[in-house]
Amino acid sequence: MLREKYKQEIEAILARYPVKRSAVLPLLYLVQREYGYCTEEGIREVAEITGVSPTEVREVVGFYTLFYDHPIGRHRIQICDDLPCALRGADDLVAHATRRLGIRPGETTPDGRFTLETVMCIGACHRAPAMQVDLEFVENVTPEVFDRVVEELSRDGA
Amino acid sequence: MGRYILLRHREIPDLHRLEVYVRHGGYEAWRKALTAMTPDQVIEEVKASGLRGRGGAGFPTGMKWSFVPKDVFPKYVVVNADESEPGTFKDREIMEGNPHQLIEGALLTAYAIQAERVYIYVRGEYRSVARRLEAAIAEAYAAGFIGRNVLGTSYSVEMFVHLGAGAYICGEETALLESLEGKIGHPRVRPPFPATYGLYGKPTVVNNVETLANVPPIILHGAAWYRTMGTEKSPGPKIFCLSGRVRRPGNYEAELGKITFRDLIFGEEYGQGLLEEGRTVKAILPAGASAPMLPASALDTPLDYESVQAAGSMLGSASIIVLDDTVDIVWAAYKMVRFFQHESCGKCTPCREGTYWLRRVYERIVAGRGRPKDPELLESIARQMAGKTLCPLGDFATSPVLSSLKHFRKEYEAYLRRAVETPAEVPA
Ligand SMILES: Cc1cc2nc3c(=O)[nH]c(=O)nc-3n(C[C@H](O)[C@H](O)[C@H](O)COP(=O)(O)O)c2cc1C
Ligand code: SF4
Ligand code: FES
Repeated sequence: MLREKYKQEIEAILARYPVKRSAVLPLLYLVQREYGYCTEEGIREVAEITGVSPTEVREVVGFYTLFYDHPIGRHRIQICDDLPCALRGADDLVAHATRRLGIRPGETTPDGRFTLETVMCIGACHRAPAMQVDLEFVENVTPEVFDRVVEELSRDGA
Repeated sequence: MGRYILLRHREIPDLHRLEVYVRHGGYEAWRKALTAMTPDQVIEEVKASGLRGRGGAGFPTGMKWSFVPKDVFPKYVVVNADESEPGTFKDREIMEGNPHQLIEGALLTAYAIQAERVYIYVRGEYRSVARRLEAAIAEAYAAGFIGRNVLGTSYSVEMFVHLGAGAYICGEETALLESLEGKIGHPRVRPPFPATYGLYGKPTVVNNVETLANVPPIILHGAAWYRTMGTEKSPGPKIFCLSGRVRRPGNYEAELGKITFRDLIFGEEYGQGLLEEGRTVKAILPAGASAPMLPASALDTPLDYESVQAAGSMLGSASIIVLDDTVDIVWAAYKMVRFFQHESCGKCTPCREGTYWLRRVYERIVAGRGRPKDPELLESIARQMAGKTLCPLGDFATSPVLSSLKHFRKEYEAYLRRAVETPAEVPA
């Protein structure tokens, strides 16, 4: 239960807003941190804490690309293939990533370690091609840089 | 004064630390406003400066603040740090390198309209940026620049960072407010405007990060000083985000109207020319994916709001994406249409359906299965969207389509000729 485990953090989030509903997005981030994705249980807890119906919380999960209603890999690799990055090799990088990981964008490796996604502009077009790994920027990504990142995250414990 | 007004961290190491910022004149404007200016005087100074919103629309900032009713409380300031336009990465650099200038600008805005709270809405993908911003806010609280009875005055103000969760539409100010209220990011019907009916239905000023970074220097040095930079109608400095097929992409700060596309792309202190030797500019996107592309004949257009508009496009957020002669224009238009189809919030039919059909037609053209009448079809879909949507995204989505057809129709025709001569194996 979130409310017991993260009591102080939840109180701090709620204190930032005059209306509880505003805590829906921050609490969903907490749910994903705890359960790995937005589980039914997590959604119901957010609904209870904020007084919003579970249906509406589910709708929020569905609307935003950074929320997931299904399990994903332990590490999320999001390669930008929007126009500015694509002008500097992003599509080749996506092809390389697909080969290296053996999965297509949108898929998760069978061992549950990586989820690969293509995403729209992430604000790093001046260091294209760019990607985010667990929401941290990795920029000027060459195939070598990509392989190194994957190797580092493939070690035991990562 | 140095070369930079906004990107000052480029000359001052560790400017993101409060102590360094204060040593270089930081929070002086805040002190000045709180101790020697009334809220109305702050608004008047910003009005007189001619500062225009840097988030895209170029609306006069001081005028926006003056629309806020004086007798309704509470009031809010919301900083738009959703920065998601393809090719835009300026607000990120301000928040990473010079966060206190944004914080100080937001505080001045709050004081001007007598708001009690500031929310900074940062796009979810900028989580690492938001953490740095939060660290700066914590420093400012600890130094007494934010909080109860700031600097011993009767004014109190709070500031919080709020993370979005991935949705371009939340950069549209009313969708942003909905999102901040914990809802899906559907734009609101306007009027009423946020100035009277904003966050939680209360008077709210929404401003872009870069806009607010201009406010401390305006208050500290005055409107007359500010107006010595830029042009009569577009005063002040601006950050130009340069990306695409250039040698040195990046953020470049320059006075509005004092440099041209050509200077920005080829200038020694700017882009230093195209990525590959011997290439030429084919087209320029002045404002990411959202404004019409311009052909190379527009290279000598000065970079200010009026001039770019006169050339047939918009300066918008000044996210200049350069396409050289290696770039397939139809493919580039497809990429932009794909973006808008992905980001359409789905609230109104012309945009939801229109972007879907545009994308379908582009997919078949670039796959070599286009039909001879596809250019007319694209134009007709775009016409059914323009002006018929709830928010400007629907119009934005038509601009790569119509502008590429206007300037580069031959490239579409070449695709369609090839499709007739050598039909792709895969059936449509
Ligand atoms: C689809 C759409 C996306 C937008 N995205 C942004 C954005 O990412 N950042 C921003 O500051 N303004 C964005 N805007 C403009 C805002 O609606 C609003 O005009 C702006 O935040 C006002 O601040 P300013 O006057 O300081 O520019 C967007 C507008 C639309 C229609
Ligand atoms: S124009 Fe598009 S993005 Fe804007 S409200 Fe309508 S569907 Fe949503
Ligand atoms: S297009 Fe990839 S970061 Fe902007």
